[in-house]
Amino acid sequence: MDISLQHYLAVAAMLFTIGVFGIFVNRKNVIIILMSVEMILLAVNINFVAFSTHLNDVSGQLMAMFVLTVGAAEAAVGLAILVTFFRNRGDIAVDDASVMKG
Amino acid sequence: MTDLSSALHLSAPELTLAVGGLVLLMVGAFSGEKSPRLVSGLSVLLLLAATALAVVGPLGSAFNGAYVADPLAVYGKAVIFLSAAVAVVLGDSWMHRNNIAKFEYPILIVLASVGMGMMASSGDLISLYIGIEMHSLALYVLAAYRRDDLKASEAGLKYFVLGALSSGLLLYGASLIYGFAGSMRFEDIAAFASANPGPGLIFGLVFLICGLAFKVSAAPFHMWTPDVYEGAPTPVVALFSTAPKVAAMVLIIRVLVEGFGLAHAQWAQVVILISLISFAVGAFGGLMQKDIQRLLAYSSIINIGYALLGVAAGTHVGVQATLMFMTLYVVDQIGFFAILLSLSRNGRPIRKIADLAGLKKDRPLTAVALTILSLSAVGIPPMSGFWGKFYVFGAAADAGYWMAGAAGLVASVVAAFYYLRIIKVIWFDTPEFDVTTDKAPVSAQWIGWAAAAFSFPVLLIALTWLEPLTRAAAAGVGIG
Repeated sequence: MDISLQHYLAVAAMLFTIGVFGIFVNRKNVIIILMSVEMILLAVNINFVAFSTHLNDVSGQLMAMFVLTVGAAEAAVGLAILVTFFRNRGDIAVDDASVMKG
Repeated sequence: MTDLSSALHLSAPELTLAVGGLVLLMVGAFSGEKSPRLVSGLSVLLLLAATALAVVGPLGSAFNGAYVADPLAVYGKAVIFLSAAVAVVLGDSWMHRNNIAKFEYPILIVLASVGMGMMASSGDLISLYIGIEMHSLALYVLAAYRRDDLKASEAGLKYFVLGALSSGLLLYGASLIYGFAGSMRFEDIAAFASANPGPGLIFGLVFLICGLAFKVSAAPFHMWTPDVYEGAPTPVVALFSTAPKVAAMVLIIRVLVEGFGLAHAQWAQVVILISLISFAVGAFGGLMQKDIQRLLAYSSIINIGYALLGVAAGTHVGVQATLMFMTLYVVDQIGFFAILLSLSRNGRPIRKIADLAGLKKDRPLTAVALTILSLSAVGIPPMSGFWGKFYVFGAAADAGYWMAGAAGLVASVVAAFYYLRIIKVIWFDTPEFDVTTDKAPVSAQWIGWAAAAFSFPVLLIALTWLEPLTRAAAAGVGIG
């Protein structure tokens, strides 16, 4: 069986959906949210690279490199903020992030 | 070679800010005790220099169309950099008073400004994404700037998680647009979209709109706004509600009106729907709020709804209305936050609306200024808020969106309740116990008064030059 563009798009769409649900359904741990965000970014990268080869256009692969770089920076900032939150709260359960409401 | 040098010349404002920000990091690291004040001053100069470079610099496009310097970008950058400079000034005195002054604060604002400038100038999907991320990463850190404060770190965490999610949605949309249109550049996308706006392209566009709506905090993507506005330090919130909103709004104009202008029928309903939901959430959500910053969060949601109405019109008139609205709104917000920052009673900053009671006796001039700003936010003529809404509703009506304009009017009537409550507390309530209003920092107080003065008498003259400026900026937008 040939692997066509549609297959790549389907995999990326599934990964993307899992990532989004990972953010909303998960109530336990903020680290899991960070992992879900990474998953969304990688799903997008699959899309970009698949389209790039399909279109014979290099800019999609260029974008994928940018997304990887920015994703790393984003994870660094996210973990730093998570550390300050942990220092103040002593826990990183998602339900604990609820001092402000209304 | 000449190609590169002209490209660098075009992108001079961002380059200046980026290099200047790195130099300032060194200055801050090696100048010891005095560093926060010194770096703040230099950052303001840097932002002013970037504004000047943007205004006098050449127009054109660089880096294969990835970077565009057109009248819209120049106008946007002038508003963005100037309001960022005001946020630096406001932050400096407030941070010193609360003993949390660090030189990173102005530098983070400078670095965020690089990203916001990129957003205003983006000509393809890559620079769009890079601009958004450069400004978001700096803003996440700013939200959690008081790192020993539980509320601030929670605000930072919430902003980060939802911001990262929105970047993901935006990117997924960008990847679909790229795949179906076959190019990253807005020009090519526009040419393709006008010929055949297929379902794949529109699907991607809707994702992109959702991601951008997160950034401007339009409902139903506003969940982070009230919490971040409440938890983050006040000068940071002053920044959040001004410069990034303008940058994201310019970006929305670029993507929707410039990139998808001829597919207007496909996205107009989505934008109208978002602005209607923003009206409802902003108007009714704010009614029961006691915290001033939370209240301002809901007020920003409703105002973004108005601005999006101008975008939804999809015409030059609509773009001009949005630019005009955002400019006047930014001045109003700066005034609100400057006054909030200049007030502190019994050594504590003002958090609740009830804390404003009796202000007329202690600070009559500030009370008048706050009253003007509140009336302007309600939209009473001839204050600035009225003119902003006037332009936006006019553009919406021109484009045939009568009902949406009417809904906006109803929302502003509902929202009038909470602005009028502020006025009532200032003028007619007496404080429950003895309060003394502390000495105000001069800069914040003057900025607040100046913004209020702009909002009422000065604006009537200023309109005569704001009108042609916004018209020229909007005329540069190529629809289609």
